[in-house]
Amino acid sequence: MKIFVPLDSVAVALGADALVAAIEAEAARRGVPVEIVRNGSRGMVWLEPLVEVVSDAGRLGFGPMTLADVPGLFGDLGSHPKTVGLVEELPWMKGQTRLTFARVGVIDPLSLEDYRAHGGLVGLDRAKGMTKAQIVAEVTESGLRGRGGAGFPTGIKWKTVSEAPGERKYIVCNADEGDSATFADRMLMEGDPFTLIEGMAIAGLACGATKGYVYIRSEYPVAIRVMEAAVVVARDAGVLGPAFDMEIRVGAGAYVCGEETSLLNSLEGKRGVVRAKPPLPALQGFMGRPTVVNNVISLASVPVIMARGAAFYKDFGLGRSRGTIPLQIAGNVKRGGLYECAFGLTLGQIVNEIGGGTASGRPVKAVQVGGPLGAWFPPSLFDTLFGYEEFGAKDGLIGHAGLTIADDSTDMLQMARFAMEFCAIESCGKCTPCRIGAVRGVETLDRVARGDTAAIPLIADLCNTMKSGSLCALGGFTPYPVMSALTHFPDDFAPIKEAAE
Amino acid sequence: MLDYHAQTDRIAEILEAHSRLEGPLLPILHAVQEAFGFVPDSAIPQIAAALGLSKAEVHGVISFYHDFREKPAGRHVLKLCRAEACQAVGADAVAGRIKAALGIDWHETTPDGRVTLEPVFCLGLCACGPAAMVDGRLVGRCDEGVLAEVAR
Repeated sequence: MKIFVPLDSVAVALGADALVAAIEAEAARRGVPVEIVRNGSRGMVWLEPLVEVVSDAGRLGFGPMTLADVPGLFGDLGSHPKTVGLVEELPWMKGQTRLTFARVGVIDPLSLEDYRAHGGLVGLDRAKGMTKAQIVAEVTESGLRGRGGAGFPTGIKWKTVSEAPGERKYIVCNADEGDSATFADRMLMEGDPFTLIEGMAIAGLACGATKGYVYIRSEYPVAIRVMEAAVVVARDAGVLGPAFDMEIRVGAGAYVCGEETSLLNSLEGKRGVVRAKPPLPALQGFMGRPTVVNNVISLASVPVIMARGAAFYKDFGLGRSRGTIPLQIAGNVKRGGLYECAFGLTLGQIVNEIGGGTASGRPVKAVQVGGPLGAWFPPSLFDTLFGYEEFGAKDGLIGHAGLTIADDSTDMLQMARFAMEFCAIESCGKCTPCRIGAVRGVETLDRVARGDTAAIPLIADLCNTMKSGSLCALGGFTPYPVMSALTHFPDDFAPIKEAAE
Repeated sequence: MLDYHAQTDRIAEILEAHSRLEGPLLPILHAVQEAFGFVPDSAIPQIAAALGLSKAEVHGVISFYHDFREKPAGRHVLKLCRAEACQAVGADAVAGRIKAALGIDWHETTPDGRVTLEPVFCLGLCACGPAAMVDGRLVGRCDEGVLAEVAR
């Protein structure tokens, strides 16, 4: 009997480790031999822990599993109370275009054999037969843009590093996924770490870099463990070696280190303060040497691009947003999780059709797209198409494609205040608009909360200053959640006496 | 508690183990904290000397990052996520009840040294919040029931 029980953080947080122990105990009691594989998550968080049993017809899913449901796995599976049927046939799975996440949840994350059997290393093998310029051209042609949030064309960044003079160059993977509602990087690293390793190895070839670092936030213990183990496996198998080797580094709880120049300082062992640009990290990055800094999903999308060609990847998408995007649907949502699809769905489709609306059953009030620095969108903007430019045109951003859904009990003034408070806590302190502005923002929003409407224009003015005067996106984008809350939900900022009346 | 010489020896081992890394300070500080539960003030001169940094530079790095402690934590460390996705499913209310039950605020330790309560901004469990971490272990859909795990 072969059983899959995810090792993904979500499954573990909902009891997967205890399930493994219970399954082993039950199997031993019955004298049934079982092979338990710890896979990644399929991304259907409402079904986690989702246990899969291999049958002749395919992998049968059971979830959300509790300890009481374990003995039933050894009986008639068709009548198990938690059966969801064949996992691959579920609408959530069938509706997706899984390119970057094709193997996540499917394979044993630490089996290089499994990885190869599911199309792994084809991209790297192809890249080995190409020149640096050809690899760069292929990635550029695919239209891949930075999935961390900035949306900068990945191929152009690689070209700069590839052509930069320098004996030692680096590929740095930004796995400091600190935005609330985002967990795609975590899921990819936990569920299919070799995809990231392969993507980095290809980047190394394209840029002439010999060393790669993955900077993972300390809040992701499972991802750290899986990535560290995967690097050892890859090194033993010769995927990594003297030509290109990698190291896993762990952050220390500073949100701002998700900003690429802060990350580089942190990696160098310094305070994670932002560096002014120029010089670009592509020319003077880690240790002052040419460095590619790419998000996990950007790098992990490269193997499929190299394996199937730029044209294949580019064929998906909308406008200048090419390929697929792993949407992360979170917060107060009925069906939350990761859903990879081509760019171009409407926000309403994502929230209502895929997510199924709120978990509380109350109306959706607002959806924050792109993490703590993203704008809050009201249902009146649910026709917005999911793409970089399309969200930009509505004074928002897609960021790392995380969506926090909030119901009508949410006080948007408090959410705006939280955005300022968060910026104040996490500011690196280098530039004044962010360091001081965020503190003044909290104070001023507290004045508004006390009914002082004269403070509202000050908020708009302060946001303007932060937006144009901050060194990086922390201070520069905190105005997005604040101003979107103020613009779309003015009633929440109205004098409190109105509520009292 | 280790005596000063034992501490010096342990840190020397850590420094040696990390001597070939590029930019080794964060891995060193993580290892020191792993060994002692916090980064002792008395460790700073030794680390600074080994890396050719000033004591102020090392102190500056320690104080910049939320993870590094300058004094020991309680027997248990309870981290509760305060980020938006968890707020959307009632994390603030859960945190309020936990604070009241423990009688402490963020960053504080109960007087009996049992629990340190810390905020965390996202554990990547955003579709099964409120999220928590108890002594390094992840908890989804957390409520005040989590207090049972830090009861002793």
